[in-house]
Amino acid sequence: MSRQKWRVNPLLAVLAGLAALFFIFPLIGLITGAPWGHITDVITSRTAVQALELSIVASLASTVLALIFGFPLAWLLARGQFPGKGLLRGLTTLPMVLPPVVGGIALLLAYGRRGFIGKPLDSAFGITLPFSLAGVIVAESFVAMPFFVITVESGLRSMNRRLEDAARSLGAARRTVFMRVTLPLIWPSLAAGTVLTWARALGEFGATITFAGNLPGVTQTMPLAIYISQSSNMTDEAIALSLILVVVSLVVMVFRRDRSGAQ
Amino acid sequence: MSAVLDADIQLRLSRLSLDVAFSVAPGEVLALLGPNASGKSTTLRALTGLLPLDGGRVVLDGTVLEDPAQRVKVAPEKRPIALMFQDYLLFPHMSAVENVAFGLRCHGVDKKTAREKALQALTRLDLAEAAESRPGSMSGGQQQRVAMARALVTDPKLLLLDEPLAALDVSVKTTVRRLLRDALRQSRAANILVTHDLVDAVALGDRMIVIEAGAVVQTGTPAEVTARPRSGYVADLTGVNLLRGTGHGTVLDLDDGAQLTCASPAAGPTFAVIAPAAVAVSRQRPEGEGVNTWRGRVSAVDLMGDRVRVRVEGTPAITAEVPPAAVDQLKLDEGGDLWVCLSPAAITTYPQ
Amino acid sequence: MFRMLRGQRGGIRVLAGAGVASLAVALAACSSPATTTAASGATTQAKPTGTLVVFAATSLTDAFNQIADQFQAANPGVTVKFNYNGSSSLATQITQGAPADIFASASPTNMKTVTDQSLESTTPKIFAANQGEIMVEAGNPSHVTSLSDLANPALKVVTCAPTVPCGALATQIFENAGVTVKPVSQEQNVGGVVTKVSLGEADAGIVYVTDVKANGNKTAGVPIPANQNATTNYPIAEIKGAPNPTAAAAFMSYVLGPSGQQVLKSFGFLPPSS
Repeated sequence: MSRQKWRVNPLLAVLAGLAALFFIFPLIGLITGAPWGHITDVITSRTAVQALELSIVASLASTVLALIFGFPLAWLLARGQFPGKGLLRGLTTLPMVLPPVVGGIALLLAYGRRGFIGKPLDSAFGITLPFSLAGVIVAESFVAMPFFVITVESGLRSMNRRLEDAARSLGAARRTVFMRVTLPLIWPSLAAGTVLTWARALGEFGATITFAGNLPGVTQTMPLAIYISQSSNMTDEAIALSLILVVVSLVVMVFRRDRSGAQ
Repeated sequence: MSAVLDADIQLRLSRLSLDVAFSVAPGEVLALLGPNASGKSTTLRALTGLLPLDGGRVVLDGTVLEDPAQRVKVAPEKRPIALMFQDYLLFPHMSAVENVAFGLRCHGVDKKTAREKALQALTRLDLAEAAESRPGSMSGGQQQRVAMARALVTDPKLLLLDEPLAALDVSVKTTVRRLLRDALRQSRAANILVTHDLVDAVALGDRMIVIEAGAVVQTGTPAEVTARPRSGYVADLTGVNLLRGTGHGTVLDLDDGAQLTCASPAAGPTFAVIAPAAVAVSRQRPEGEGVNTWRGRVSAVDLMGDRVRVRVEGTPAITAEVPPAAVDQLKLDEGGDLWVCLSPAAITTYPQ
Repeated sequence: MFRMLRGQRGGIRVLAGAGVASLAVALAACSSPATTTAASGATTQAKPTGTLVVFAATSLTDAFNQIADQFQAANPGVTVKFNYNGSSSLATQITQGAPADIFASASPTNMKTVTDQSLESTTPKIFAANQGEIMVEAGNPSHVTSLSDLANPALKVVTCAPTVPCGALATQIFENAGVTVKPVSQEQNVGGVVTKVSLGEADAGIVYVTDVKANGNKTAGVPIPANQNATTNYPIAEIKGAPNPTAAAAFMSYVLGPSGQQVLKSFGFLPPSS
């Protein structure tokens, strides 16, 4: 299939170019502001390594939780017919609208030591979520899972369900229909939702520090470490840690784009 | 030939109350015609098992597929039924051969054998080169042939075709229709073809059923149905005038009050069919006995190829067919009053 | 008004350095509040008008709001606008060129960030001091009576991160008292500590005395003995190139003057320590 020479509207190009620069300039700022002289010290420091480890573990765990619990919810919202569905959808998207710190406080009131769920959890099973890695994962899941649900629900809604009918008419059991027809068809939105969720979980700060607290090696994820550095006037360290986060995120984003583009 | 499909379908949906019953013999093609929203596609969905029946019974090759009274319902994937759709519904993420092999794999055939059979089916329909292509890169005609192969390769007992040729260009339609006819002749399945195209029904159907508003209004061979339409829908399809009235010998009292004189007598509720070409029109009152003559108003003039159809409102309203020259002669495009005249012999009557 | 705190080990050791030396000079220059008006005598005697932008540490919020009300009442025509934030964020903003007239910091360290770049137009002056206190849940359900109770591993103790002013304060206090405390969280600002204790998530936290006072009966405070406590000094300075130097000078005088000092005292702040 031959391609026509790609011509672009000049106004479009200018606006798009400005938008691109808008995102590129701060990145350049980070790169030029970084303490290249002693950056290896910062990157290999105990703080940085611990924070990065925690960030990766927590964000991955939150993403897995989003897959396990978010997918059925997305399915229900896309295909279910029950009263209050709109309200449920609204509630699921609430964390996207709330300031993360407010989310953190809400989490404390529900799952904290004196929270109405957390209190019985503590007295019956001795489980406390704040000040632990589990707390970090809870906070990150709270803010990130809505992205997954919304994206996957949208994908489920826009697929042609009659293809599932066709599959059933050819003799496919429900499980086969799901694995061989539905899943491949919603794969792009599933992948996009997963990446978005992971990225949001990785960058989460407000809810994490409010609900799980900040303790190096236990709950201090990368964003927390960066913010503490900045609050301590250690801007150099803050920038260096930020760059690490940027590199990790870019690698995943670019890698994902590549694969879906090749399809 | 004993029927392989016995269907009695009763369904109540929000906008439709469906109550139809019919049988289809193995190898037979039953054409289902009807206006939009009459219940044709709903009938197919019910047979597939995607819509549960409220009443009735469906038996296919001796097996009860559904019987609400006995609480029997076989799941769609367990019914030996295959479908062909107007929009093909090929799986866009699979190649042609994978699409065709899908049904076989679902029935437990191993990957290798399924693939071989699929390739054979595609080759028979002249699609061997496109076997590895995705539906997105195929033409409409190719896609419909793949859909055909996919449906037939599982050797179904009942094949349901939902307006399979509707999305094809006229030029492609003829070829695919021929392929379809050959394929249907060779299979031993009972076939139900839903269509709104009379040409399809006549070319492919052994028998025809007309459904309107959820009920069967006419059955018969295509020839019978088209010769003696029993509904305005079929009359429109076949392009004839259909009038309703009560026969009193050779006098026919139409429902709208007018009276016509017919060549053959009729009694009781009667249909009258008049070919448009047999309707004479003129600007002046015609000479002669004066039977079957009335004045109306021209409401529409349609040029259809080398024929012209003139719709004349009046008592009764009727469509006449005139040669194109008559348009100028009679200045038909200016509308106005027009006298209509029919000979009694042009009226075919039959009981309602 | 100047209380001599006996046995007090002057200041927070962590903040030792060049900054302290320059502050000592400033302290000597203004040993009594009455001389501050002379310092502002260099500016014009015109009435302050217009908008005044004050960057102030979060812990000063309630006190400075009241001071501003009084100042605006005494000087109609002036509108005071505040930017309350962590001192280090404020210092960063100022060094990046934010248009502030006045900077009131919760620690000399953050003020040093500004003076290192020579961005102050007057020498910074200490206008208040703050000390630490143990904040516990209302009713003190964990029965905390002293700093050594906080070493109990069963207790959930929260402090600020050691590198922010309120965290450095906690570190110094624990050192003074000779206790080893393992906090479950190191908050980014003192508000985080207050939140956790208020919601009952933590059993105790180290905050400023002003925070305990400001939080009313939502929480309770356990005082820290003078010989274990640490003090942090709050410096205030006018910024170079400020949009409204007249009003800035007047405001500084007000804060350092008797009315301002009275307000600060009512909120729990200590007068500038020697």
